[in-house]
Amino acid sequence: MSPAVFDAVAMGVKIAVVWGAVLALGVPVLTWAERRVAGLIQDRPGPNRVGPMGFFQPLADAVKFFMKEDVVPQYADKVLHFAAPLIVFIPALSTFSVLPFGRSIPVTVGGTTREVPLVIADVNVGALVLFALTSLGVYGIVLAGWSSNSKYSLLGGLRSSAQIISYELAMGFAAVGVFLSAGSLRLQTIVEAQHAGIWNVVPQFVGCVIFVVAAFAETNRLPFDLAEADSELVGGFHTEYSSFRFGMFFMAEYANMVAASALIVTLYLGGWSLPGLALTGLVGGLLSVAIFAAKTAFLLFVFLWVRWTLPRFRYDQLMALGWKVFVPLSLLHLFYVAALVAVRAKA
Amino acid sequence: MVQYLALAFVAAFTAALVLAVLGIFAFLRPKRPNPTKLSPYECGVAAVTDAHDHRFSVRYYLLAVLFVVFDVETVFLFPWAVMYHHLALFGLIEMVIFLVILLVGYVYVWKRGALSWA
Amino acid sequence: MSAVATPVGVSFAPLVERKFGDRAVPEGRPAHDVPTLAVAPEALHDLAVFLRDDPSTRFDLFVDLAAIDRQKLTGDLAPRDGRRFQASYLLYSTSRNEHLRVKATVPESDPTLPTLTDVWPAANWFEREAWDLMGLSFRGHPSLKRLLTHGGFVGHALRKDYEAGQRWLCTEEDILQTDLAAKTDVPEDVFETVTLNFGPSHPTTHGTLRVVFRVDGETIVAAEGECGYLHRCFEKMSETHTWQQVIPYTDRLNYCSPMINGNGYARAVERMLGVEVPPRARAVRVVLSEFSRIMDHLVCIGTNLVDLGALTNFWYAYQPREEIYSLLEACCGARLTSSYARIGGLSQDVPENFVEWSRSLIPKIRVQIDDVNGLITKNRIAVKRMRTGRVSKADAIAWGFTGPALRASGVGYDVRKDAPYDGYDEVDFDVPVMEDGDNYARYLVRMEEMRQSLRIIEQVLAKLPSGPIVTDDYRVALPPKAMVYNEMEGLIYHFKNVFEGIQVPAGESYSFIEGANGELGFHLVSDGSGFPYRVKVRPPCFPLFAAYERIVVGEMISDAVATLGTLNVIAGELDR
Repeated sequence: MSPAVFDAVAMGVKIAVVWGAVLALGVPVLTWAERRVAGLIQDRPGPNRVGPMGFFQPLADAVKFFMKEDVVPQYADKVLHFAAPLIVFIPALSTFSVLPFGRSIPVTVGGTTREVPLVIADVNVGALVLFALTSLGVYGIVLAGWSSNSKYSLLGGLRSSAQIISYELAMGFAAVGVFLSAGSLRLQTIVEAQHAGIWNVVPQFVGCVIFVVAAFAETNRLPFDLAEADSELVGGFHTEYSSFRFGMFFMAEYANMVAASALIVTLYLGGWSLPGLALTGLVGGLLSVAIFAAKTAFLLFVFLWVRWTLPRFRYDQLMALGWKVFVPLSLLHLFYVAALVAVRAKA
Repeated sequence: MVQYLALAFVAAFTAALVLAVLGIFAFLRPKRPNPTKLSPYECGVAAVTDAHDHRFSVRYYLLAVLFVVFDVETVFLFPWAVMYHHLALFGLIEMVIFLVILLVGYVYVWKRGALSWA
Repeated sequence: MSAVATPVGVSFAPLVERKFGDRAVPEGRPAHDVPTLAVAPEALHDLAVFLRDDPSTRFDLFVDLAAIDRQKLTGDLAPRDGRRFQASYLLYSTSRNEHLRVKATVPESDPTLPTLTDVWPAANWFEREAWDLMGLSFRGHPSLKRLLTHGGFVGHALRKDYEAGQRWLCTEEDILQTDLAAKTDVPEDVFETVTLNFGPSHPTTHGTLRVVFRVDGETIVAAEGECGYLHRCFEKMSETHTWQQVIPYTDRLNYCSPMINGNGYARAVERMLGVEVPPRARAVRVVLSEFSRIMDHLVCIGTNLVDLGALTNFWYAYQPREEIYSLLEACCGARLTSSYARIGGLSQDVPENFVEWSRSLIPKIRVQIDDVNGLITKNRIAVKRMRTGRVSKADAIAWGFTGPALRASGVGYDVRKDAPYDGYDEVDFDVPVMEDGDNYARYLVRMEEMRQSLRIIEQVLAKLPSGPIVTDDYRVALPPKAMVYNEMEGLIYHFKNVFEGIQVPAGESYSFIEGANGELGFHLVSDGSGFPYRVKVRPPCFPLFAAYERIVVGEMISDAVATLGTLNVIAGELDR
């Protein structure tokens, strides 16, 4: 088998596995877990009618999304109204192609053994691609708000844009600290640096906290679900969406959560690595995938946990937090990391 | 380049799938529009004015402009971060100067009250 | 049994006489009623200013306005000189802890009174209601529009000659939005405003409230509230039912604490009758009222926190509420629409394990209160969100606030302390008062009130008297079945009680208790027949919602949501 064919096949398998894991497993299980965890925290059963412990609830949801009437408001901007959920959904699922979900596994074909890196698109600016893709989603939300031609939607869209200009700066500054210590924007390199040394969360704890908070804001999750804010804006940007178009927003939110958790794991929690484990060979490779999945799952639980614990910010309060606390804090943190790296390079 | 193709392939595949779902189920789902259903949500009463009739006051626009300025500055930090190991002390000093200029601007806009808009 | 009419003067009567001569005279009144001044319409406004400002009067809180159509009254109450309509203003002095009724009568040909909106801003909506339902006109009122009915309504429904059962189709244009769009008192630097309709069908307008905001971005520059979407003619219906039959309707007033309404109404009638309630019934009323108060506060806090995005607290708050409902169900057979109170006592005795059951609830409620407390009270996001909706002490009084909202603004007026009833003076409890007057203060006051209610319940349960649950005055209460079947007298009482209803002596009375939201008053007029001639409820949240449109100006939509929650406006009580 020629190397090119081998690569192509490996790529196809990886795409199928990751895409399937996210859309067929990650998102549905997460929507189910969201409600079960809510039930657990709130002292009530949660969904328990469809299947054992309500496990097939997401299937019922999917059928509902597919079969409900698709209402498009009469005076909506039809084209943008159609495009908005796509703009949210497609980047949300594409982000997974640059995330390294494991170390690498050796595959032997026709006598030759090759290491297959466990990432779909191993680009050297992976982090930038990821940031670009996650930021794209906001356009979808703003457009959804505007195109619906409803005041509540519009307010939701405006809040969303207010939100992104509040947290993105701090998020960027915090992430630069990680790139600084790894000396690369390639996510696999960042993980390997942590694998060889120490997880970034230890020396860059403040940066990690800022990044996690920003990730909550990026995914529109409580305490930052301002754009949706059902009790204030009825549903915000998706007030006028129904059926599968709403379903796309819904699934994208959960896909974004998975992506954000995976990104936090990659940047700060050592990705697929675990101290003391070499993680080589086939077993090591598979183990690294399991480690990565476990870490991501834990962070996802934190996402749910926080949602059912905290109230919502007001959007000017979020802006004040972003601009007056996180921006200066993340800048100072950047100085600190730069100094740290310089000292380490000297030593 | 192949790597980017993979990325594009994932995006295209996702798009194709969603469009297919939208298209196929369009034949299966009901379609019974009526004027009330198609009107925008206004909490149960007919809207007197249209959302697009208005110029919405975006009071944080100044902050939005500032964001663009600062965000562009952040872009310069990415290559610097990657090359930092090679630039050594020079890189550190240079970036400290850059960031201090940034900070001065930041303090200025804060003092001018641009950050307290609500 | 009939209450003796003793002419009790008011302490400042000489001063009033000196200033107003025969244009304002104290009236004789039965012992159970509040002191009354009868005033000539032309002197009403001057008298109002005097009553508000004079150091010996200081009636700073406008409690209620009851409009009464005296057309069908006879005897002492019959209209004199063709003055068919009576407006009864109820005032309260927060510094002197005294109620006063000011009574003015106007003829049908010119049912006009000067507005008191400039004296007490709280009068605004009360006057609109009197115009809407009784057709009284108020000279100088800023916007005398219909309030509970719609613009397509013809006639004034509470007039005695209004034929009930007429239907009026609501075809009017939505004037509220256009009105607000035309409002000009918007700051000049604001030039891009949008009218945003909020409710009646909005997740936060629990019940069917409606506000129209004019927003600049998300900052509210003008607002106007509207009610009436849940108007069910409580007052009109009461006039065609016997005194006893009104009780089920009272459950639907404040449906978050139905037991308190029934007790308040029963007490008002009992006072007119001069009937003593047996000690056991009084004690059970107190216990269940306090449980209801806890339920009301739990609903208020729980839903308010949902509006702030903290859904979990809602479940924590509703859990003990369900348990209290089970207790109520065991007592009277219904969870929500309890109809437990009877004039003269209660419909039936409590279950045998009532004391143990109630006691077992107390620690459960404490745990849940503490859970919510732990999640919210020191949570910085929650505190920041709730440091809004500030109402100053002066505003709270001027706008007619009572209950937790008034106490959060620094006035410690609580009927249970200041005009004790049902033995509240025999138990030891504190009235929490906060100075800030914002949403957070209202939240803290409610949290503390729940703890105090638990204290009251514990004390009353400790010495729950035994004995009958309803009075043995069989002109009021049904005699026991054994008596009905075996004694002639018992049968007669039963017959008369069922067929003619309770005969309440002719007269007028205002009685009030501390509802979950503030002073819950029942203004009753009896013509001596078996039916109430007029029932006017003083709903505590009516002035709260009337003031809402002023509180929220200058705040953001998110704050308006928080404020609506802590004011705890209950549509059933607001619209009646």
